[in-house]
Amino acid sequence: MNIFGFSVPAGYEFIINLVILLIKIGIVVGITMLHVLYATYFERKVIGHMQIRLGPMRTGFHGFLQPVADGLKLFFKEDIIPAQADRTVFKIAPVIFVFAALSSLAVVPFFDGFVIANVNIALLYVLAMSSLGAYGVIMAGWASNSKYSFLGGLRSSAQVISYEVALGLSLVGVMLMAGSLNLSEIVSAQQQHWYGMFLFPQCIGYFVFMVSAFAETNRTPFDLPEAESELVAGYFVEYSGMRFALYYAGEYIGMIVMSSIAVLCYWGGWTLPPFLLKALPFLAVVPGIVWFLLKVYFHIFLYYWVRATVPRYRYDQLMGLGWKVMIPLALANIVVTSVVRYIVP
Amino acid sequence: MNPMTPGSYMPTEYFPVLITMVIASAVGFGALFVGNLFRLKRAYREKLMAYESGNPPLEEPRYRFNVKFYIIAMLFVVFDVEAVFLYPWAIVYDKIGLYALIEMLLFIVVLVVGYVYAWKKEAFVWD
Amino acid sequence: MLPKIFFGYFAVVMVVLSLLIVTRKNPVHSVLWMLALFFHIAGLYLFLNAEFLAAVQVILYAGAILVLFLFVVMMLNLKEEVMGERFGKEWPVGISIGAFILVLFFFTINKFSQGPTGQYTIERIKAETHTKAIGSVLYTEFLLPFEIASLILLIAIVGAIVLAKKTK
Repeated sequence: MNIFGFSVPAGYEFIINLVILLIKIGIVVGITMLHVLYATYFERKVIGHMQIRLGPMRTGFHGFLQPVADGLKLFFKEDIIPAQADRTVFKIAPVIFVFAALSSLAVVPFFDGFVIANVNIALLYVLAMSSLGAYGVIMAGWASNSKYSFLGGLRSSAQVISYEVALGLSLVGVMLMAGSLNLSEIVSAQQQHWYGMFLFPQCIGYFVFMVSAFAETNRTPFDLPEAESELVAGYFVEYSGMRFALYYAGEYIGMIVMSSIAVLCYWGGWTLPPFLLKALPFLAVVPGIVWFLLKVYFHIFLYYWVRATVPRYRYDQLMGLGWKVMIPLALANIVVTSVVRYIVP
Repeated sequence: MNPMTPGSYMPTEYFPVLITMVIASAVGFGALFVGNLFRLKRAYREKLMAYESGNPPLEEPRYRFNVKFYIIAMLFVVFDVEAVFLYPWAIVYDKIGLYALIEMLLFIVVLVVGYVYAWKKEAFVWD
Repeated sequence: MLPKIFFGYFAVVMVVLSLLIVTRKNPVHSVLWMLALFFHIAGLYLFLNAEFLAAVQVILYAGAILVLFLFVVMMLNLKEEVMGERFGKEWPVGISIGAFILVLFFFTINKFSQGPTGQYTIERIKAETHTKAIGSVLYTEFLLPFEIASLILLIAIVGAIVLAKKTK
């Protein structure tokens, strides 16, 4: 084995590989955490400007140090565990939530060949981890032993499981087109077509996926579980300090993961459509990670945009939308895609 | 030709997933542990009460809830199983072709019957 | 050697977790231990070269069925449940039946012999991926069981609604 010109004596390959792996995971987790920090800043900035306000301005240039200040504040905040709470479950719930969100990053490829674990069932793994996140929510609601938390946790888990069906079904269209569950292979399958993105043939699937992703990550217009005006903060009303920060971070990591999956499955990941490259060949110089990040940033911006535009759904409307609109749409998409795929292979 | 017995196969490609999971839980527990070293601990009885807009909590919070949640959970299990059947089908669809198309249409039709029944019985109406 | 250590770990931990599940007083704690158990079962599937089954184990059992359990458990009156006796009066009967089955296993375990090797070897599944291998068998050879599964799911939908819905 050879690394940067140095030959590694036999028997040490495992250690070297482990170190490389740890560095990779460190980079991915570190950069994601940085993105989480600044996603909160840009959320406040973007929504501020959409509402003709300035957003945070005081800490640093145009409030650029605001997330650091917020983080430090949360870090030194007192951690309160309600006297009536189930202490063990109360403590473990936020860790489950963050664990589920961070573990999903293991299978996300960021550019050609850069992925922590190149597994065959990557898409299913992401679905499995997103269903694990529901436990963080429902357990927090139950363990807090408060009415607001309990109701918030119940509502949220019912919402998450309803939209999870639609999320899974909407991805079947992509699986049909790509014939694989491996995210890197899904990206390269999109390059086989001149349009280079499943976004065009799978526009219904993409729509269902995005709506479900919004609901899965409990974002507006589906932020019923934490509906500030009704349930104060829903399932995590009793959480404070670092535990609250874990829920906050988990939500943003979930947004980043869902945006990445949307980009990889529908927007061609780090690649550009072949017709665009043919027209503008100089774009090939730009490394793939730039395109990937730009597409992910667009989706995160979409989250903010929708939040600033659309009012919150009522709970019955939310469940009705999930079961009566999204699931039939996803099923219809599967039938149409498979029939078209049979006629035009 | 190795027969598949327990403990004869090593899924090496999942090793990074395991390490990521370890690091993910380390991030969670680590953040709490480090925070624990710095933060204040000044709890008193009122602070430790469950939040109810400043009033003392009235009744048992873990009350029995609407049976609707239960119906939704059961329907979710059914539709999740259906989705799981669709994943391998989508993967091998190109290989099997028309045969796969017809059998999956049959499968979906049977489930749509159940779906329509649930709709007619107002399982998706939240009141 | 290494896979054997992992197998031993999974086997021991699964038994320990199962014991924890049945001995917890608070049913919600049992559900949490069950979550850990399902992840270990998924891990064991990985070591049997069945990655699709591992994913399905987590998606269906941990993600769907256990949520249903949790809803049912939350519907119970936990206060009474936790105050009551940990085991019902019948527990000696249960233990003796369990012990009998254990002894039965103990005497029959070396009578097991390995069946003939199928056409799907480790190498073939590696080349084809487990999901494809399952799909190409399930949707051709096992067509009838697959369609019957859809009928069973239909019965499940009808049953859930008939049981839980009030007649008007």
